[in-house]
Parts: sequence; structure tokens; C-alpha cells
Amino acid sequence: MSPHPPRQARTINVHIQGWLLALPAIVLLAAFTHIPGIATIFDSFYATPHGKRPAAFVGWAQYQTMWTDPIAWTALKNNLLYALITVPLSIGLALAMALWVAGRIKGRSALRLAFFTPTILPMVAAANIWIFFYTPDYGLLNQITRAFGGGSVNWLGDPSTALPALMAVTVWKEAGFFMIFYLAALQQVSPTLYEAARMENAGRWTIFRRITWPLVMPTTLFVAVNALINAFRVVDQVIAMTGGGPNNATTLLLFYIYQVGFSFWDTGYAAALSALLLALLGLVSMLQFALLGRNVHYR
Amino acid sequence: MSDRLFRLLSTLGAWVFGLVWALPLLYALWAAFHPSAFATHFDISAPVTTGNFIRAWEAAPFARYFLNTVMLVIGIMIGQFVICTLAAFALARGKLFGGEILFALILVQLMVTPDVLIMENYRTLQKLGLIDTLTGVGLPYVASAFGIFLLRQTFKSIPKELDDAARLEGASTLQTIWRVYLPLARPVYVAYGLVSISYHWNNFLWPLIVTNSTETRPLTVGLQVFASVDQGIDWSVICAAALMTSAPLMLAFLLFQRAFIQSFLRAGIR
Repeated sequence: MSPHPPRQARTINVHIQGWLLALPAIVLLAAFTHIPGIATIFDSFYATPHGKRPAAFVGWAQYQTMWTDPIAWTALKNNLLYALITVPLSIGLALAMALWVAGRIKGRSALRLAFFTPTILPMVAAANIWIFFYTPDYGLLNQITRAFGGGSVNWLGDPSTALPALMAVTVWKEAGFFMIFYLAALQQVSPTLYEAARMENAGRWTIFRRITWPLVMPTTLFVAVNALINAFRVVDQVIAMTGGGPNNATTLLLFYIYQVGFSFWDTGYAAALSALLLALLGLVSMLQFALLGRNVHYR
Repeated sequence: MSDRLFRLLSTLGAWVFGLVWALPLLYALWAAFHPSAFATHFDISAPVTTGNFIRAWEAAPFARYFLNTVMLVIGIMIGQFVICTLAAFALARGKLFGGEILFALILVQLMVTPDVLIMENYRTLQKLGLIDTLTGVGLPYVASAFGIFLLRQTFKSIPKELDDAARLEGASTLQTIWRVYLPLARPVYVAYGLVSISYHWNNFLWPLIVTNSTETRPLTVGLQVFASVDQGIDWSVICAAALMTSAPLMLAFLLFQRAFIQSFLRAGIR
């Protein structure tokens, strides 16, 4: 480089250098996120190609199939239920755990360990442990229900209990993870606020409702959005525990996409289902912008 | 309610709840460390054994699965460190046209992870001839929006003066990154590394689709194959296998609990 290049040329050089530095990331992100995302929507308007014949344009036909496909509806309904139940439950339990562990409680570190350890386990390992836990007749859960005089339940085999049984595993694994965010948030709450409340003789519930809850609100929103995104990407425990059964009672969207795409090899229809999932994730991200504004928690 | 009574009840509640939370794991530990006959039958006098672990280890190529997972996890981490550092630096020091738009586009991946687009990404891998390779399992995750985001925020907080000083001494851009930015961001790299390792140690769907041989299968997929095909219903062995595949992470977590929790907090999202 010459010692004093003209100013404009230097700025351009700097910009080129910037793009070159970002280039590997841009190429990979485009190749595995943006281009396939657009291609998915594109593909959803084509039939599944057979052999060497190129796919035919079919317009909205895949979406019409989806509209009349009872399994697609079941998957959507199951997924919404999944989100609606696991998200608030995980958050509520996470906050309860954090409140317990944040205070001076006997055996604090043991409790923290019990709450947090499930988070570290691979979901597949956790799923296999829980299958055992749920085993009809012999499993611990049935031994407990029997000890209390109940009958034996086939938790994963009965359509009415299978989905809740999967939800339990999700909550078990997620609550401890969210707990640490609440722990961090609780540490930020100024003790003077609690002292002031005590001076006013405020009750425990009032203190929680008027001080703790509003002050951990940003954490609650942050955790809620992340839990919501996760809820629409749940698939590991479905594959490991039920395979979508019994009678599609545990089929969730991503699992159904996997099944249609990789078991039935109906790529066109899988693309339409993926487009639906993308739309849902897009909705969640709009919600995220509305709720979190300019990245409250991201700084 | 008096303060003492409340405290007592709260502690009691916490303990019952903690026990319930630990129950599935304790149960798995019980089954894994006792002969199959005692898997669902509790008896304090049951003999303790490591036989289930040995049987699991011998029944499936877990040694190979471990090797695959370790190579995968380390490969992804190194790739992420290099690629995300370069991109984050470019974005943090704001010297590229359209940097803001580029950053927004990058963040899309936080929501649309590669496993949401399994069909298309599988096809891409097919074209690249990377099906059933560890490179294929790792490649879509190497440019991580999360890593770029995290490092960009960190780099932004590093004083520009340090950068200028290095340049005055004649350091090139890469040298500046290496000598100024990397050392100052070390805790963030540790945090990101731990999060990345635990995410990819546990990742399942994508490797399940991409791999189909012992030589490439990571532990999670190997465990699933083992549990669904080979074992029937010998729960003691399956529990042993499940615990075995999680053991390195669990041990690391027990030893560096504080670092782990700090990392997850710092990183925010997995």
C-alpha cells in the first residue's frame, strides 16, 4: 500500500475488507438459512418430483392438501397445546425454583443441583430415562400410583396421557434452565425496596406482586419468547419416546415434517408444512419485537 | 401466618419439589448401578454393580460414538470461533456498507435454525456430497448467528483506542484481532465455547438425518439406535447407556458449575 492513498480509495478499501471478513459467515448463513428458507416456500408450490421427471407447478395444491389433512391439523393443535401449557408452566416453576434457591434455605446447593441438572442432559438420554419412568406396571410412576391405590396407566400408550407425558419431560428439562435467568434477575433487585416494603408492613404476597414480579418482568418476557420458539421446534422427545403415536396423539409440527419428508419422501408436501412452521416462527419473532422492543435483554 | 412457620413450610415444599425433580435421574442411577433383577424392585441390600455399563459398552460401538461426538463438538467450536470472530469484528467496527441490514439478516438464524429447514438443507448436503460425514453434520452450524451476535456486542465494548494503538504499531487487521480483541474477549469465548459444546453434544435431529453409519454417528443418535433396536426392554442397560452418554458433560458441569451457569447467563440463549 502506498503511504498516503487518497481518502476515498482508503474508505472503499476498508469497506471491502469488512465484507471480506464477513464473507465466510455470509456464505454459510445464506447457504443454510436464507436460500433454503426461500427455496422451501418456492418448493411448496410444486409437486414432489418423481424419478427424473422435474416437479410440476401445482399452485396452492399442497396447501389445499394440508387444509384437508387431519394429521396436519392434529399436529398444529398438539403444537399449540404444547406451547400453551409448557411455556407458562416452565416459567412459573422456574420462578418458584429461583425464589427458593435465591433465599437462605437449607441445602441450597443440593436443591440448585437437582433443579439444574436435567438441563445438561441430552434430550435423547432424558427421554430414554423417562420412558423407563413411565413404563406400564413396572415403572416408578406406576409403582407410585399403585401405592396410592390407583391403577396402572400406560402413560405413553394412551392417547389421552401421551402428550402430557411428553410435556412433563420438556418442563422438567427447561424449568431449571430458565431458573438461572430468574436467579440473575433477582440478584439485581435492590434490597432497599424490600426493606421499605417491610417498613410499610406489606405482606409477602403484596411484596411479590408489587416488587418482585414487575422487576423480573423483562426476564419473564425474554424467557417466554425463547420457550415459545423452543416449543415449535420440539422433536427429539417425540422421536425418542413415541414416534408420534399413539394414533398421532403426540405428532408435533417438526416431527410431522420429518415424517412426511424422510419416511414418506413427499418433499413437496413437507415444504408446505415447513412453510407453515416458518410462518409460525415469524409470528413469534414479531411478538418478540413487540414485547421486547429494542432487545431489552440482549445488551 | 408467622414468619417462622412460613419459612418452615417453604423449605419443606422446596425439598419435596427438589426430590420430585431429582426422581427420574435417581431412578435411572438406581437401575444402572444394580443388576437387572432389581431395576424396578427396590431393596437396600441389592448388590451394586457396574456390569450394565460394561454390557452397554460392549453391545454397541459407543467408543466410536464418543470419538465422533468429541470430534464434531470440537470441530464446530473451532469453526464457530474463527468464522464468527471475523464477521463479528467486521460488524462491530462498523466499516461495511449495509452493515445494519446484514446484521438483521444474520439474526434470522436465531429463529430459523438449520434443523427447521431439514428438507432443503439435506438436499444441499447431497449436492455437496457431504451426507453421512461429520463435516456435513457440523457445517450448517459453523456460521452461528448467536456467536456473531455475542462477539459483536463484546467487541463493541472494547475501546477503539486500543485498536488504534495496535494499528499505529503497524499491526494488520488480523493481527489486531489476535492481539487486542481475542485476549480481551476471553471470558466470552469461554462462555460461548461451553454453550456451543453442550448444545452440539445434545443435538439430535440433524445428525439423525445426516448420518447413517457407525463411523459418523454421534452419541445421541447412537444412543437412540441402541435403545430402539438392540435392547428390547433391558432397562438397566439402557439407563446405563443413557447416563454414560451424558456423563462427560455432567462431570464437567459438576466440576465447573459456576462457570457453566455464568456462561449460560452470559450467552442468554443456547
